[in-house]
Amino acid sequence: MGNDSSGVLDEFRQGNVDAFETLFREHQRAVYGWILRIVRNPATAEDLTVETFWRIHRAHARFEPSHGFEGWARRIATHAALDWMRTARREDELPAEIPDAAAADPAVSAEIRAKTAQAFGRLPPKLRIAATLAVVEEQSHKDVAEALGISVGAVKLRVFRALRLLRRDLEQQGIRP
Amino acid sequence: MNEQEWDRMKKLLQQALPTVEADAEPGRDLWPAVLRRMDTKPAMPWFDLALAGGLVALSAFFPAAIPVFLYYL
Repeated sequence: MGNDSSGVLDEFRQGNVDAFETLFREHQRAVYGWILRIVRNPATAEDLTVETFWRIHRAHARFEPSHGFEGWARRIATHAALDWMRTARREDELPAEIPDAAAADPAVSAEIRAKTAQAFGRLPPKLRIAATLAVVEEQSHKDVAEALGISVGAVKLRVFRALRLLRRDLEQQGIRP
Repeated sequence: MNEQEWDRMKKLLQQALPTVEADAEPGRDLWPAVLRRMDTKPAMPWFDLALAGGLVALSAFFPAAIPVFLYYL
């Protein structure tokens, strides 16, 4: 995400729509990419990007320019994605496609990958989002903590609990990871 | 969970979820959709509707309570 001039940020804070559009144009790709990493579905990521910028616009008066736009937008995007995960029907959340066999470890069958994806979808959203960002996307714990508005320790705990629950679920299905 | 199990779980999870492009961008211009969203009025939350309905019903059945409601407005 880029560096915004303080003038644009101040004008945005005052509710200027042109300044908001400037920030939108500058940050939409990064916000979309961040959400896509969480929901892993391009159509849903587009909808949530719109939702995120709507929330950003609604909260413009609470924006603090000295803290920068990037982290603030990312936090709002993360919570928009989390809200979606909490309300979406389970089948909406299932991955649209399982990674193709060429990219996958031949020792891991497509069935195991599908069952892992389904088991992961059954985890509580707040554990899933932490594990997706920290484990799958390999984002730093600090970045994940900032995006979720929690401590680094809480991120580590959520990731640990997510993987432990996932392993337990798979073991109950007779899969030993 | 030891380190080996942790690594195995991590690899399995990375293979199980759909891959996403690192520099992906939206397939369309989202600004018009943001503007449309900004123009729509937020829906009244069900809790507010239920509360308003309850107050109306209560006022209908117990008119004497109306001054009390007005006092707390």
